[in-house]
Amino acid sequence: MSTMKSGSRLERVLASGHFAFTGECGPPKGANVAHLKEKVAHLKGVVDAVNVTDNQTAVVRMSSTAAAAIMVREGVEPNFQMVCRDRNRLAMMSDILGAYALGIRNMLCLSGDHQHFGNHPESKNVYDIDSMQLIAMVRKMRDEGRFLNDEEIDEPPRMFIGAACNPFADPFAYRPHRLAAKIRAGADFIQTQCIYNMDKFREFMKIAVDMGLTEKCFILAGVTPMKSAGMASYMARMVPGIEVPESLIKRLKSAGKGRAAEEGIRFAVEQIEAFKEMPGVAGVHLMAIEWEHRVPEIAERAGVLPRPEV
Amino acid sequence: MIVADRKPLAEILEMVSDHHEILLLGCKGCVTVCNAGGRKEVQVLAATLRIARRKAGRPLEVEEDVLERQCDPEYVEQIRDRADRFDAVVSMACGVGPQFLAEAYPEQRVYPALNTTFFGGAVGHGVWEERCGGCGTCIIHHFDGLCPVARCSKSLLHGPCGGSTGGCCEIARDTECIWDRIVQKKMARGRLDDLRAVRAPKDWRTARDGGPRKSIREELTP
Amino acid sequence: MTTAFDPRIVAFCCKYCAYAAGDLAGSMRLSYPANIRIIQVPCTGRVDIVHLLRAIEDGADGVYVAGCLEGECHFLTGNLKTRKKVEYVRKTLEEIGVDPGRVEMFNLSSAMGPRFAEIAREMTERIRELGPNLPTAAKAA
Repeated sequence: MSTMKSGSRLERVLASGHFAFTGECGPPKGANVAHLKEKVAHLKGVVDAVNVTDNQTAVVRMSSTAAAAIMVREGVEPNFQMVCRDRNRLAMMSDILGAYALGIRNMLCLSGDHQHFGNHPESKNVYDIDSMQLIAMVRKMRDEGRFLNDEEIDEPPRMFIGAACNPFADPFAYRPHRLAAKIRAGADFIQTQCIYNMDKFREFMKIAVDMGLTEKCFILAGVTPMKSAGMASYMARMVPGIEVPESLIKRLKSAGKGRAAEEGIRFAVEQIEAFKEMPGVAGVHLMAIEWEHRVPEIAERAGVLPRPEV
Repeated sequence: MIVADRKPLAEILEMVSDHHEILLLGCKGCVTVCNAGGRKEVQVLAATLRIARRKAGRPLEVEEDVLERQCDPEYVEQIRDRADRFDAVVSMACGVGPQFLAEAYPEQRVYPALNTTFFGGAVGHGVWEERCGGCGTCIIHHFDGLCPVARCSKSLLHGPCGGSTGGCCEIARDTECIWDRIVQKKMARGRLDDLRAVRAPKDWRTARDGGPRKSIREELTP
Repeated sequence: MTTAFDPRIVAFCCKYCAYAAGDLAGSMRLSYPANIRIIQVPCTGRVDIVHLLRAIEDGADGVYVAGCLEGECHFLTGNLKTRKKVEYVRKTLEEIGVDPGRVEMFNLSSAMGPRFAEIAREMTERIRELGPNLPTAAKAA
């Protein structure tokens, strides 16, 4: 990958062979810019890019484009997310142009949780195109300089294109193939759903490497530190597509009262260390939701600081 | 066929609350097959409405009848001689019926007693499921006879999404993940390659998104 | 002047069990309220939702269906199917403000004469307490 596609920091870190480290920040449930800036401040200089979620779990928040633009002004590189649930292709192309114009250079293309989960379940869902087609569309805009209808774009958006991957969703045997399809469609980098079952993920990465996928695309492993045994049990039972081994739940329980969070962080740090050595893993995506203030500490202990100069 | 469910009784009673004499009209088409608006259902609803209104001390006269179908003007015409005798006509056909009635009898009040839901079929006695979304460009043969537009909650053409668990859709344990089924079928037949290609975005013009649709058989028009 | 309320109750009884039990109750000289009008059916499966609703509409203050014990229906599943119909009618009545207790399904064997009488007494008392279903003026003569 000699010429830069977007020139974003994330792209430069990955292209130069460094182990990338990205974070995440959900926009506020309102226009509270101060709150957003406060959360983002913890991540500045600690991560290569910050994911900005798009009405995550179908709960209405400040638009990811706006929040990402604010981050750019704060000197933090965003990775702006776009879901297929809320926008048709017109709005998507329009927002992508707008995002690029506002200085956003990384984009994650997602299907989006069904609005059934959110706080406005009565809404109509859009799903004009799906995440695969969104990836292909952004690539067409960037590399061909054309809209979906082949009309020329007056200054194409040169985004670094990302997609999500859930190695543990069913059917497990199909997941590497779907990942391959996303890469063929144009995904430059992948962020996985948060991982707890390290053995199963190792198995998945082996297949991905064997299929040659890691040569065409950078895969970042998702990490979410557990705050408590309760959180672990809840995620194991209630969140679709997340696998939490019994051994982890036990470990958190036996940490003792009030010390589970510390144990969760310890586990996350161990994971990051393991991912650094795992073949095919190009980086880690840390989702410390509403725990942004602990990210610097985790980064320090996992030995990913200082972030490289690129 | 078209599947529908009877509206809640409270809603129907509210619709006819100011009326004294109604014609309750069933249909021998789809709604008979899905036991929502056929002869039996007309009888049951009529008796129920009469009991409710008698209890309230304001009797309601309900004339019961069933038409062959309510989606053809010839059948709807069959009540011409008595349509204006009533305060209202309550249709137990799918959403098409009351509209044809309203057009044929513009001076009459027409109410829908059913909520029309989907195109589907019977999967068991008393159970019907959605199969078709009427998108106007059928592509089920690409997915081994399974339709992701109607049967995937997100109408994905490259599923399953990350929420698919144990063959179930993320939104409900009793909703099948049709993509899980499509993938399993393709894997079992050694045709996973069929799913490699990235499909062009769907042309929704043939669906309802393109505006209300018409179907014309030129060879049959006068 | 208040007239004491005398419930009018319709009972759909299957020939093989409930009606036979009724016959037995008669031979045993058991007494039960005369408020019950019995309608014999070959099987409770013959009873449809509309029969129960029309009975109520035509002035019955209570309606019950009596059939064979579950698992012993002479026609195998007639009584099971009718239980579901009775549940549907109870739900419908509740939605329109009629006490669902006015409609009930009972199961008994042909040997249970005393139970037949007991059911009749039980329903009569229940309906007496609930009062007339429709205002007297509205009832059919």
